[in-house]
Amino acid sequence: MVVKVGVLSLQGDFAKHHRILEVLGMEPVNVRYPRQLDGVEGLIIPGGESTTMTKLIRRNHFFEPLIEFGKSNPVMGTCAGLILMATEVPDARVNPLGLLDITVERNAYGRQVHSFTDALKVSVNQHHTRIPATFIRAPKITALGDGVRVVAVYRDEPVAVQQDKHIGLAFHPELDDVPFFHNILFGSQTNTLIQDQPDRIHAA
Amino acid sequence: MDKGSFEVKVGLAEMLKGGVIMDVTTPEQAKIAEAAGAVAVMALERIPADIRKDGGIARMSDPSMIKSIQDAVSIPVMAKCRIGHFAEAQILEALEVDFIDESEVLTPADEANHIWKHDFKVPFVCGARDLGEALRRIGEGAAMIRTKGEAGSGNIVEAVRHMRLIQAQIKELTVMGQDTLMARAKELGAPFHVVQQVAKLGKLPVPNFAAGGIATPADASLMMQLGAESVFVGSGIFKSEDPAPRAESIVAAVTYYNDPEKLAEISTGLGSAMKGLDISEIPEGQLLQERGW
Repeated sequence: MVVKVGVLSLQGDFAKHHRILEVLGMEPVNVRYPRQLDGVEGLIIPGGESTTMTKLIRRNHFFEPLIEFGKSNPVMGTCAGLILMATEVPDARVNPLGLLDITVERNAYGRQVHSFTDALKVSVNQHHTRIPATFIRAPKITALGDGVRVVAVYRDEPVAVQQDKHIGLAFHPELDDVPFFHNILFGSQTNTLIQDQPDRIHAA
Repeated sequence: MDKGSFEVKVGLAEMLKGGVIMDVTTPEQAKIAEAAGAVAVMALERIPADIRKDGGIARMSDPSMIKSIQDAVSIPVMAKCRIGHFAEAQILEALEVDFIDESEVLTPADEANHIWKHDFKVPFVCGARDLGEALRRIGEGAAMIRTKGEAGSGNIVEAVRHMRLIQAQIKELTVMGQDTLMARAKELGAPFHVVQQVAKLGKLPVPNFAAGGIATPADASLMMQLGAESVFVGSGIFKSEDPAPRAESIVAAVTYYNDPEKLAEISTGLGSAMKGLDISEIPEGQLLQERGW
């Protein structure tokens, strides 16, 4: 059975996630209507603008169905997705879903000229890797609840976290073709595809 | 740490996909745009319809005006510089705008050269009417391409022409053999390595957005169905009767561009769209799309 993973496709770089899921042998499904959540086993909330997604989630009656979905299925958020998965966002323009017990500050690294790529060490469930990580007008995780595990740290600050079934990332593995998190969250835990990523930052 | 690489610049363009970038002239308009769900705003002193009406030289906006808009919203703020005016672009970079539009809407500063955009950390978007023009701009370092359309006209016909042509020319490249690509690159006047890339990918190597004449949710849907990945709306929102609901409806139309029932609901009761211009009413030599090459 091919694993079907939904990608919330209201706005953002959802198509980039498709490619990674396909490489891993999973079937990506665009989710634009709440009813489509019934047909998928996991969900990705992609990068994009969290204010725009908040608006579209509210207008299209996605808020409750997304929270309900997260109770029994894995959800991954990247950048704007991380913001939307938080419990607390000190910005009234965003309505987070509360899937991860964290506080997130939007655009915490500054405007686009401060966006960057750098190498990052990651450890999830005994799997360790070194990946390139691209931060675009990225958010920062400013507070962590008890059940939240930090899986990557950049300059002494948490940039990737896990809480039971869910993973939230301040950066964009989909921009650097890094399948590590998609594989851990939605693939089989013993999948041999999990291995060190070449360090493409300095190789480029 | 790698800041301002081409990949990081294209990264922001990727985040703007499936969204609407709206022209705004005041912090109040910027807030309306953000509340309506815009993914970014374009800060400018006069919207294209007024630039067209007023005449004179159109330049980069006053930095104080750009700053007031940056202070008003949390979404990315773009600003325009004149074609070839790299000093205006340097100032916009110093202001930390998130994207620079090297735009034909302003009066060109250099008739021979566009800006060498690889020199900048801030990403650029440039207009194009055909594939050759798009690939020349990408060769210079543009991180996003948009159709030129005809800005300030409220008329979608030119954007459709440009998008259809670019898509047809891309498709043509994908079926050409390696042995004919160099000759095609010569005809297109496009850098060979970018032509090769497009032939392989079957799409532009950077996001391809629509601009120039979008005024209704149906216009946005049309451009998305023709292959645009997002839309810019210039005069179409704040020259309409009731900007806020129109802005919201165009945002929704980009997400649900291929759902006619939803579009029918979205398009209902928006008041009148901007009046607009027939392209043949625009006097000779005043077509904005002919600026730049």
